Parts: sequence; structure tokens; C-alpha cells
Amino acid sequence: MLLAGPGALWLLAFFLVPILILLGYSFMPRGTYGGVEPGITLEHYRRFLDPLYLGILRRTAWLSLLCTLVCLLLAYPTAYVIARSGRWRNLLLFLAVLPFWTSSLVRTYAMIFLLRDSGLINRILMDLGLIVAPLRLLYTEGAVLAGLVYGALPFMILPIYASLEKLDPALLEAAEVLGARPWTRFVRIVWPLTLPGVAAGSLLVFVPSLGSFVVPDLLGGARQMMIGNLIQNQFGPSRNWPFGSAVAFAVMALVLIAMLAVLRVNRPPAGQGGAA
Amino acid sequence: MPVSVPDLPAVEFRGVTKRYGSTSAVRDLSFAVARGEFFSLLGPSGCGKTTTLRLLAGFEAADEGEIRLFGEVVNHRRPYERDLAMVFQSYALFPHLSVERNVAFGLEQRKRPAREIRDRVRAALDLVRLDPDVYASRQPSELSGGQRQRVALARALVLEPRVLLLDEPLGALDLKLRKEMQVELKALNQQLGVTFIHVTHDQEEALAMSDRIAVMDQSQLAQLGTPAEIYENPRTAFVADFIGEANFLEGTTAGRQAGTAAGASGWLIAGDAGGFLVPEHPAIVEGGRVRIAVRPEWLDLWRPDSLPVGENGLSATVQDLLYLGETIHVRVLLADGRAMLIALRNEGQLLNPLPWSRGDACVVGWRPEDCQVLEG
Amino acid sequence: MTARRVPYAVTVTAVLTYVLLHLPLLVLIAFSFNRSRFGVQWGGFTLDWYARLAARPDILRALRLSLVAGVASALLATTMGTLAALALARHLPRARRRAEALLYLPIVTPEIVAGVSLLVLFSWLGIGLGMATIVMAHTAFSIPFVTVVVLARLQGTDRALEEAAMSLGADELSTFRRVTLPLLMPGVLAGALLAFTLSFDDFVTTFFVAGVGSTTLPLAVYSMVRKSVEPTINALSALLVIVTTVAVYFADRLARGSTRA
Repeated sequence: MLLAGPGALWLLAFFLVPILILLGYSFMPRGTYGGVEPGITLEHYRRFLDPLYLGILRRTAWLSLLCTLVCLLLAYPTAYVIARSGRWRNLLLFLAVLPFWTSSLVRTYAMIFLLRDSGLINRILMDLGLIVAPLRLLYTEGAVLAGLVYGALPFMILPIYASLEKLDPALLEAAEVLGARPWTRFVRIVWPLTLPGVAAGSLLVFVPSLGSFVVPDLLGGARQMMIGNLIQNQFGPSRNWPFGSAVAFAVMALVLIAMLAVLRVNRPPAGQGGAA
Repeated sequence: MPVSVPDLPAVEFRGVTKRYGSTSAVRDLSFAVARGEFFSLLGPSGCGKTTTLRLLAGFEAADEGEIRLFGEVVNHRRPYERDLAMVFQSYALFPHLSVERNVAFGLEQRKRPAREIRDRVRAALDLVRLDPDVYASRQPSELSGGQRQRVALARALVLEPRVLLLDEPLGALDLKLRKEMQVELKALNQQLGVTFIHVTHDQEEALAMSDRIAVMDQSQLAQLGTPAEIYENPRTAFVADFIGEANFLEGTTAGRQAGTAAGASGWLIAGDAGGFLVPEHPAIVEGGRVRIAVRPEWLDLWRPDSLPVGENGLSATVQDLLYLGETIHVRVLLADGRAMLIALRNEGQLLNPLPWSRGDACVVGWRPEDCQVLEG
Repeated sequence: MTARRVPYAVTVTAVLTYVLLHLPLLVLIAFSFNRSRFGVQWGGFTLDWYARLAARPDILRALRLSLVAGVASALLATTMGTLAALALARHLPRARRRAEALLYLPIVTPEIVAGVSLLVLFSWLGIGLGMATIVMAHTAFSIPFVTVVVLARLQGTDRALEEAAMSLGADELSTFRRVTLPLLMPGVLAGALLAFTLSFDDFVTTFFVAGVGSTTLPLAVYSMVRKSVEPTINALSALLVIVTTVAVYFADRLARGSTRA
């Protein structure tokens, strides 16, 4: 266990401790130039209850939820096809994961390139004569949603694929012999058995979406602000670090709640051991 | 190098216990293996045989007791300090090394000169009948199951170990290959004079290969003996049942019978399906319960009233006939509803109609000395 | 799964998903070779934008910075992550489940939270932002990834191989050197490549911990995008995509490599 020491210490120092300090900051009065002053206050959390900020929170939660749903709708069939693709499987899997490793910034920029007024989509639509003036695609809620989905898809595909892959084909054959039609087989066997994968995928999509900052910043503009932008603002131009900390910690609390919920879904049922 | 005194056993366990949490995997185990012996640890999965082997190899540490190799206590020696070699169930060939480098691994570890290593690797591959010119440069992934098994054997034997441990070495091979390797392993044991400690759950394999067998049951030694002793004199119901097939009968002692012209002295037993005679046995007491086992091939079937004098006989009805070629298995029902299995040798009955058919009244007969009185 | 027919709608959705995943980046790369400066009209093939990038000292400096940060944090994270994986694989399966949950926490935490918390830490400790803080932060988010990749490799390796080495006379150190490490190496290299990629492409964390003087490539792209959309950004983005793809491709090949006995 000693071997884990350096890595654990590093994570302690540069992940856990900073988050605890953040927690501390969120309860301290604001100082000048972004710092804090000694003391304890709830003012930052109280301030967060302002309708302006609650509106941002609501939009963030709404967009994250929408993003999770769209990802699920796209990712489940994709994972299904990958699981069935035989010798193409490794390639398809690789292609599904590749965008994740690409810089989020570059991915977002690619969306701008497609969506802006003089972008590829408007250009093609105009060349086809379908529209006369460019459609406003960028700086809309739709653009933010598209950007979020684009970045989050691999996180949904992978866990669903993993649980589909583990599914014993004999179960489907057994169901078929017992008279189940394709849709029944899906609803009664495939879906319940892949639910842990769906839960894990939803967590992996929902949580990062909650904290997204690049996508709304570049695709959403001022009117599509999300929590991530609010946090960035407090640590940037507004220089209100304690308030920023409170907002960040509120997000962190949501993350922990979501994680615990998913761990509960994914716990193996009693008596079944941990068998894969 | 430790000096080994000739008459000390190669391997000795003295009161060895190994616990995992609150359950013990091996309990108070004691036995000794003579030099050059082919010794098998036999039992169902979970009986502790593999733990015993791993204790000997040094992969597990005993909680109590002593493990000795050639008289020396080795409890606290690491696996690489025990001068043993082992063939693993999965073969455990190093996938990143060629056959030659796999076999050379132990010699390289012992810092032998390159020339000696090359010669000994070739000799070891020859010994397990793998042509070095063909196989030395292959990767383990390019070999068949049987060939991997041979490489694993060569890798262990090349070290000229004093004791060779074999963990279910034939388990992954198909039946024909398994029979072939049984003969070869036995021959290697005799040819090299190395002590073999062999773990298996296959009773036929243990009977065929071993000089002696330790049957294990529920973390303990159930019986230790030669294959014939184990088969013909099983001490417990577990041993009788696990090795070969057995019919069990129970009853209460109803008196002693003195020796007569027809047979030796013994005890009369009042069973639920009739009385029978069993030979003298220290476990039998006046008025106590007695449990015996009889092998199916030691039983015979007679028409009612034709039982030879001096044999035990129980009336029964024929229930099923199973034609197996070499033998015919007849299942009969005794008066108390208990079933018995009788194995009749096929003596050309097919030329005639089968001698028995369903519903026939019969007598199951056997000699009193073929009763195996069970302990416990 | 068996070769049952996949419903038409499912296949169409899957194809659509792949198009959505890859078309934007492919278009971006294609237009980085477009001679036309404005709009998306195709004006012929050119390498002009790449030449302009190469002529910009600020970009070259950012590239050097990104490479140094990537290599340094990959080395640190790979060493610590591999050791942690070895410890986790060897000991206490029950403790492992709990430790694995802790490993995933940094992976799922929104990056902006981790980023601002590091900013607060460094300012609280009075550490000046720059190369050192970038490397510390990148190492931290890479360790869990390396551990997960190496752990997967370790779990695919037969424990009996190490016991075999010991039974053949190799002590713990020799066994590690001659058996464990060679079998583990592909996983370690894959982890290192992924750690490098994570660092090389990172924007959010870097945005908060970089400070004024140390602009990495993604930070350079960000400030360019905020100013205007022009073909040099396409070229720079294309370069980032290509470096990433190559690194991830090799990491994938290594991680998938055979562990058969």
C-alpha cells in the first residue's frame, strides 16, 4: 500500500485540499482585491438565492439534463451498433472515444466554424437557395446544447457499450425461445441489464455539463450564461473569490449527490456477488 | 546447499493449519512424502489441496505447524529459496518470452554460464519430447495446449529440482492427451528420481499415476495410502464415495459369529433390508450402529434361492439395466426401498438375451470380506 | 452478442452520431488548407496558414511551453499513477473498491471547480503562477487516468506468472524487473501518452493556473478565437487534433496489446 503513497499525497495536495480551502473561502467575508477576511458568513450562499443567479442555476440544470437526454438517445443505439459490429468493433470504439481526447477548446471552435453567420451550415443552406439571409445559429441555446452534446457523447457511449458487451447472448436466445418478440426482449431484458451503464453514462455526462464553461462562453454569448461562466466571472473580472467559491461548492455538492445516486443504482444486488 | 540425509522424508507437514479470516483452508495437516515418490493430493474443489501445495511452494504462509523439506523447516523461506519447481494449472508461461527463454529463466536466475544454459534448455526440451530446433524460438501464444504443458514441464525440470509441484497439470488437456501425459509424467518420475507432489480432483488420474494418495475433505486429511488401499479399504464414507462408486448399507450389530468352514469370524448385522455378516473391525462395538460400503463390481446377482453358501445375500427387485459395453450396471431396489448398484462383467451376454430384465426378483450377493466397514 | 439484425433506425442513429462526432473536426482540418481568407468558399489548396503559424514567435513559444508541461506532467503522473495501480492491484480487494471510487472523483469533478480551487490554493500559499503550477495541476488530473489504464492492464495479467517466476528462483525484485514490468509496460506507455495528451490539450485548468507569462497552445487558441475567426486558428487547431489523434492511436494500440499466456 506504500506504493500508492506519492500519488495519493499528490491528489490530496492538489485535489482534495484545494477543494476544502474553497469550502473555507465560501464562508469567509470578501476582502479587497479578491481576497478574504477572517470571519464566518453565509452571505455568499444567501446571495446565490438572488433570482438572477437562481435563473442561471436553473438554465444550467435544464441544459445539462437536456444534454444528458440527447446523449442517451444518440449513444444507446451507437453503443448497440458497436457491440454488434464484430471485427469493426475496436475501430468504432476508438473513433467514438477519440473526440474526448481532443481539446475541448478546439472542439468548441470547430462548432463556431460550422455555426456562425458566415459558417459552413449557413453557406450551404444559402447556396441551396433554402434561405436568403444567414440563420442565427451561434449564441443561441441550441448552439450551447449542440456544443455540450458534442463534448459529452463519448462519456455516454462507453459505459453503455461496456454493459451491453457483458450481456450474455444466451439470455436473449432464452427469451426468444420463451416467445418474447424483439421489443419485449429489449424492454424486459436488455434495458434492465444495461441500466447500470446508462446510470454511469448519465452521471459522466450530467456532471461535467453542470460545470461547463468553454462551451457557453464561446457558443452562448452573454445571454446564455451557465454556472461555469458565473464562477469564472467571480474569479476573473468581478474579483469576488468567496462568492465564486460558494457557487463552485454548490456545483460540487450537486456532483456528490449525483455520484451517490448512481453508486446506489450500480450496487450489485445481494446474493449475486460481484460476478461480471 | 543443505546436506540432505538419505532417510529424511523429502516433504513433511506437521500439524499445519492455514486460516483465511475465520475459516480454515487447511486444518492440522500432517503427512510425509518419501524421496522419489509420486504423491497426489486428491479431493473435490475447496477441500484444501491447492492451499496445501501453495503452502509448500511458499506462496502462502502457515498459521500453525511446520513444513519441512529434507528435514529442514522452510516455513519462513521465500518461494525462491526453497529449491522447488512448479508446473502451474494455467502453465503460467511468460507471454513476452520465447519458449527457449521461458525454459532458460530459472537457469539465468541462477547465473549459469550461457553455454550451459543453452545445452540444458535443449536437453530439457528433448526430455519432454519437443524438438528444440522447431520450438525453441516460438512464442507461447503460437503453441497448442499440449505443447504449452510440455514447455511448462521443461521449464520446471531443467532446474533439476529435488521436488516438483504439479497443480492440476493435465486439467486443461483433452482426454486422449491427458492419458498420454499421465504415462509420460509417471515415466519421468521414475527416470529422474525427483519427488512429485501432484494436486488433482480427478480420482482416476490419481489412482493411475500415484505411489500414494492423500485424500482431502473439508480442509483435513481424510485418508492416506496407496491407490489400492484407498480404493479397497476406504476409511470413511466420503473416501468410498469420492473414489470410485460405492453402495452403502447400515445396521445394528446383532451378535458375533465364530469362524466356520465357510468363512472367517465376524459380526452379524441387522440391517433395514435384511441381515448380513461383516468381518472383524476395531470400530465395531456390541449393539452399535455399523455402516459399510461395497463396490458395485464386488456384488453379484443370483436367482432367488441360488445364493452360494457363505455369501451375504439381500432380496431385491431389478429396477434398471444400463448397458455400458465392458460392464452392465444393474440397479436393484431392496426391501426397504434403498437402491443398490451392481456392476456385472460383460461375458458375452449379448450373444444371449440379457440375463436380467426389469421386475425380476433376485438376490444381491457378496462375500463378507468385501464389506468395507466405515468409521464415523 | 449474436448476429441478429440491427433495426434500421438504430443504425441510422449510430451513423448520425459518428457524423456529429467527427464532421466538425474534419471540416476544420480541411479548411486549414483553404487559400480563401474569409468565409467558407474554397479558394484552392495552400499551406500558407501553417507557414504563418511557424513564423509567429508567440505560437512557437506556446508550443514549447505545452510540450514541456506535457512531458513533465506525463512523467510525474505516470510514475505515481503506476505505483498506485500496483498497490491497488496487489492488496485488499475491499479497500480497492473504495480507492477506485476516490480515483473517479477527480475524473467526474467539473474541471472548472478543480481549476478555481487550485487558483485559490496557489494564491493562499503565495505560489506565483507559471510553469510550475501548470505542471502540478496537470499531474494531479492525469494521475487517476494513468492509474485506471495501468490497473486494467494489471488485472488482465495472470498472477500465476509472478508466482512462476518466484518458483524458478527469482526474488521479488527480479520478478518485478523480468516479469511484472515487461508485461505492464504497454499499459504504462499508454498511460503516459494519455497523460501527455490531457496536458497538451487542457484549457480550463490551465486558464486558471497559468498566470500571465505562460501561455500554452490552447490558451493561445482561446485568445485568438476571442479576437476573430481566421484561418491560422484552423491550422493551429488542426495541428492539435493531429497530435492528439496520433498519441491516442498509439496509446490505444499499446493498451490493447496481448496479455495472453
